Amino acid sequence: MRASEIQALFDEPACRHNHKEKSGCARPRPGAAAGGCAFDGAQIALLPIADVAHIVHGPIACSGNSWDNRGARSSGTALYRIGMTTDLSETDVVMGRSEKRLFHAIKQAVENYHPAAVFVYATCVTALIGDDMESICKAATARWGVPVIPVDAAGFYGTKNLGNRLAGEAMFKYVIGAAEPKPARAHPAGIPTYDVNLIGEYNIAGEFWNVAPLFDELGLRILGSLSGDARFAEVQTMHRARVTMVVCAKALLNVARKLREHYGIPFFEGSFYGVQDTSAALRDFARVIGDADLIARTETLIAREEAKAHTALQPWRQRLKGKRVLLYTGGVKSWSIVSALQDLGMTVVATGTKKSTEEDKARIRELMGADAKMIDDGSPKALLSTYHEYRADILIAGGRNLYTALKARIPFLDINQEREFAYAGYRGMEELARQLALSIESPVWQAVRTQAPWARQNFAGTTMGARAHG
Amino acid sequence: MADLTKTVKPLSVSPLKSSQPLGAALAFLGLARALPLMHGSQGCTAFGKVFFVRHFREPIPLQTTAMDQVSAIMGADENISAALCTLAEKNQPDIIGLVTTGLSETQGTDIHRTLKIFRAEHPQFDHVTIVPVNTPDFLGCLETGFALALDAIIETLVPETRHVGRRPRQVNVLASSMLTPGDVETIKEWIEAFGLRPVVLPDIADSLDGHLVPAECSSLTLGGTPRPEITTLGESIATLSIGKSLDKAADRLKARTGVPDYRFGGLMGLEACDAFTKTLAEISGEPVSAKLERQRDQLQDAMVDSHFMLGFARLALAADPDLLAMLTRFLQGVGAEIVAAVSPVRAEMLSALKIEITVGDLEDLEHLARRHAAALVITNSHGSETARRLNLPLLRAGFPQYDLVGGHARAWVGYRGTRQALFDLANLLQAQHHDPEPYRSLYWQDSPRALEVGATAAAHLVC
Repeated sequence: MRASEIQALFDEPACRHNHKEKSGCARPRPGAAAGGCAFDGAQIALLPIADVAHIVHGPIACSGNSWDNRGARSSGTALYRIGMTTDLSETDVVMGRSEKRLFHAIKQAVENYHPAAVFVYATCVTALIGDDMESICKAATARWGVPVIPVDAAGFYGTKNLGNRLAGEAMFKYVIGAAEPKPARAHPAGIPTYDVNLIGEYNIAGEFWNVAPLFDELGLRILGSLSGDARFAEVQTMHRARVTMVVCAKALLNVARKLREHYGIPFFEGSFYGVQDTSAALRDFARVIGDADLIARTETLIAREEAKAHTALQPWRQRLKGKRVLLYTGGVKSWSIVSALQDLGMTVVATGTKKSTEEDKARIRELMGADAKMIDDGSPKALLSTYHEYRADILIAGGRNLYTALKARIPFLDINQEREFAYAGYRGMEELARQLALSIESPVWQAVRTQAPWARQNFAGTTMGARAHG
Repeated sequence: MADLTKTVKPLSVSPLKSSQPLGAALAFLGLARALPLMHGSQGCTAFGKVFFVRHFREPIPLQTTAMDQVSAIMGADENISAALCTLAEKNQPDIIGLVTTGLSETQGTDIHRTLKIFRAEHPQFDHVTIVPVNTPDFLGCLETGFALALDAIIETLVPETRHVGRRPRQVNVLASSMLTPGDVETIKEWIEAFGLRPVVLPDIADSLDGHLVPAECSSLTLGGTPRPEITTLGESIATLSIGKSLDKAADRLKARTGVPDYRFGGLMGLEACDAFTKTLAEISGEPVSAKLERQRDQLQDAMVDSHFMLGFARLALAADPDLLAMLTRFLQGVGAEIVAAVSPVRAEMLSALKIEITVGDLEDLEHLARRHAAALVITNSHGSETARRLNLPLLRAGFPQYDLVGGHARAWVGYRGTRQALFDLANLLQAQHHDPEPYRSLYWQDSPRALEVGATAAAHLVC
């Protein structure tokens, strides 16, 4: 991929603050960097397409160290969870055998696993030695009769965010628009069906299944999703939707914008975290589609679900009210989770914005006020000192910071892709509340802050865990 | 003699292999006040971090030189020195492990030269030990990367001396990547039982065992072999090297110091444990304690108790060579059959095993286990899907173990560790046991027996 092509991706006209410097694209500092690479981002965006064989073209590290480590769930086929890599050896790299190897690897995947399509991911090494993935994929498509899609997002191109975007470009260039959808079957309630797209929803821990029944009930067919519980053939038809929802992600905005520019599909941004946001998302669908009956039915459904959620959350609200949260997600969830927590009566004292775009930050100010504390430094030390300074009761962050918190003896909730619990939708709020209370109220915190009884007797006032009598 | 075959296929499916830089990083994570630095793109480090964080359930210090598009093409020496300066200033480590990756090796980085220039330009950081290791992703596996790092640590930190026995009770232990923190802890206690003082390289029992510390956070390792101790390895009376992957490192230590060494393929099973115990008794001149004798008796008892389940048990095994070899010898020693064995790489030591070994991935393991009717799978957490598809129980061993709490704390080695492994294997196998389908006689049709529903043969008779 050319540098100019990558640079072009930083220009996202749909982003309100496009003219500003993108804080999300800042150059990482050697020796003081955290976070994934573009390859990581591309995988996050596309791996959940469940019936695709995802081949990582490179030496073992990129796939071997990371395969099947994400929480996206599928309702059926689990092909996406099988790690596949060309596992290049030194001779492959030095003797230029990697292209040939890839070609045959695609054959092997097609013959043994019968995927709907094959996605081939470039990695640093294959990008550096200049493998012509595009030509190989083209030849393989012709030869093996299955779409083979190159995803050129090698690690050193940039951050995770850029990788998301590169993945989106690949989908728009090679996949979306390649097939026409079948007409929807008649809805049992006799209501009309409207086709919609979801972008940036990954069905982590199966959380979208909390919301999916509501779509069915309203007559909204999810034509295609990028990429939670998605199927390749569905992604191909995304250009025929009535409306696209971009779910708490700026990174794939390029796909939504192009769908609008090329096919006239309007899009809106929203989130399924929190009661208010879930309702707002459903309302937006109805509003953009513009069917008065749908709008009315949506309001009825929202009223019913909110009442149910309100009752279910009442006992949790009592327990969580006034509790203070430090949120560090390092990215797109920096604002979507805020409203969910505010729904529970909690106070978000600060939120991480390292990978948030200008527009994400604007959303945060809207929710938390103009002087919202935003943290860019996600180092353990910085997080802990903010935690203490703002007298937080719990840290909500990605799995990487989980043990930082636990070592410091502070309550924690995992919010990133590896998490095990479904937080989306009305029902997800109850789970979120339960998990928050579980950690905040746990008796272990008291116990682990207690000194050994002999230490207390002999050395009153010494620091925690002092082993002075050795 | 082992029959080593490599499956000829261009695509690795359900990889068993983890990369060399991870192994090298792990070795540095067992040193005190240390910090591994991967020379590659940010992702190399991010993936490695997640890998170890999920396995050990610990914060893992790991940094990156953060190569980007420009430095990938134009050279990234500047990234190395910038990263070293930042780390030396900000984190003040004793040791930085400078580990290369596929990206930097393909680019053709010369870390040794870069390091020389860095030393000349930044004498203010002379007190920080920097250990360079070449670990391209396209060679070897986690175990070989670990071994290369250990070799480099010895070369960098152990002076060439001839002071054998100056510390008459001190014993060096070179501990392979197959050993868990629980294992290393066991080995230390074993040695201490003979009045000896072990210095373990690397001591992940001290850094990655999972213990709360007074300090809230640290950007360095929370324990491990202290640097001053490493420099005294030449003054010990003996070196115990555990795991054949460390042979080269052991050779180097011996050449630099002259300390006599004793090498062990593994410490599971009666025979291996006895060999180690005997060696300790000889080195120390102390008798074997009653406590150890008792543990040995207990193991023997467990072997007898569990032989009904383990005899002829058909097992499928996939792991890096050291672990594969240790488990194979142990399991064969209790009458089990290894019907499927997969290693991610070739290794000389494997040829000594009396089994057929495939160099491949977990897809190969799955096919072999099915073909040879295995009854149980032993491999890392990635094997959970393999085992589910095979409808077999899984005993998790090796890296990574992300769906198990405390996998890192488990001790496999020693009399007690072996005994626990026997219990667990026997229980898993016993739960798999199936009685024959009950037979219903055609003469029962008119009898009340015809009305019995859901009856199976008598459930397990438990005496």
